[in-house]
Amino acid sequence: MEKTTLYNYILGIADNNLILGQRLGELCGHGPNLETDIALTNIALDLFGQTRSYYQYAAKLSAIYKTEDDVAYLRKEREYKNVLLVEQPNTHFGFVIARQYLFDVFNYLFVEKLQHSKDETLSAIAKKAIKEVSYHKRFSGDWVKRLGVGTEESNQKMQEAIDGLWQYTNELFEMTEVDDLSVRGGIGVNLSELKETYFKEVAEVLKEATLTIPENPYFQKGGKQGIHTEHMGYILADLQYIQRTYPNMTW
Amino acid sequence: MTLIQEPKIESQLRDTLQTVSDPEIPVLSVLDLGVIREAIEEDGVVKIKLTPTYSGCPAMDVIGDDLRKAFTAKGKIVEVDLVLSPAWSTDWISEEGLKKMEAYGIARPLSETKDKDALLGNQKLVKCPQCESTHTHLVSQFGSTACKALFKCDDCQEPFDYFKCLK
Ligand SMILES: [Zn+2]
Repeated sequence: MEKTTLYNYILGIADNNLILGQRLGELCGHGPNLETDIALTNIALDLFGQTRSYYQYAAKLSAIYKTEDDVAYLRKEREYKNVLLVEQPNTHFGFVIARQYLFDVFNYLFVEKLQHSKDETLSAIAKKAIKEVSYHKRFSGDWVKRLGVGTEESNQKMQEAIDGLWQYTNELFEMTEVDDLSVRGGIGVNLSELKETYFKEVAEVLKEATLTIPENPYFQKGGKQGIHTEHMGYILADLQYIQRTYPNMTW
Repeated sequence: MTLIQEPKIESQLRDTLQTVSDPEIPVLSVLDLGVIREAIEEDGVVKIKLTPTYSGCPAMDVIGDDLRKAFTAKGKIVEVDLVLSPAWSTDWISEEGLKKMEAYGIARPLSETKDKDALLGNQKLVKCPQCESTHTHLVSQFGSTACKALFKCDDCQEPFDYFKCLK
């Protein structure tokens, strides 16, 4: 497989973690209570840790970006390959939980398969990540249920969140050219094979949470091709500010 | 169950390794924690392979620095490499390490299935490190660090950390 294909494939995985981690990081000190605040930032930390492993690998393959920090901080918006779901801004806690849950179920199924990648580095990162992601999924899944059956207000907010985020779920399974090539090379995960399991699992949990799946949904995509929602620019402004203002500065 | 090879640690390096501890749980040395996967001396260079407990564990950078300092102080040249595979497991914490952990006030990890039951609140299995009662309940799945969950004892009322099972 070509180096650039592998590089782009890695970014497709890592950027989801980086951007979702950044969103969770924004909540540090603003969680609804101390325990959930700590939990969300702990999850962010896991996601950043996984991102670092992916970016270190990507930097080895890139002719332009020499270090993990270059990959994280110096790319332009169009070069970020994360799905639209993870860049959606924090509103209320139920929304944060719904976004997390819809991603965690996917992420678990994804790293489960990535463990068997022919690429040794990706396989090693996935074997490490799956243990962490299983805790994330348990946390967000529990909260989906708790809020769904909680009070009338929590149920209503949770339902709003699901209604608002559902349009971004299909993109998780979009197979880009890079995905196709990586699957053929024995390195990547065939996302279309995960789709049925994903929607079945999510449907069961939503049902238990007395939440409903939107009828006749329409789906958005574009993130995986680098075409993002208007929120992405703001995230990058925040994320890249220091490196753009003081190039090459280190802590 | 996967069989994990015993780490290759040369005996003359053990004393120095024993002095380096986990900054989050200072009673545990890196050997107790099982994060040293190899430590050998080759042509005057100490080569260490370190594996992270969790991908994003901030303690790893500190441990890497502390290892470098500890061996540099002994006049050695030292190289520390981070390795991800095989992934660290709570099974790698030594029995001595688990005892130190409990004495420090952190409940030891249960087996994988019991861990799941305890964290889902299905069964009361986590033992309070203060009074040894299992009459405890989960407060939060994530405690002071990613590797721990927060519990509270219903008998002595003390909150405590439980080291989650990672396999
Ligand atoms: Zn007690």
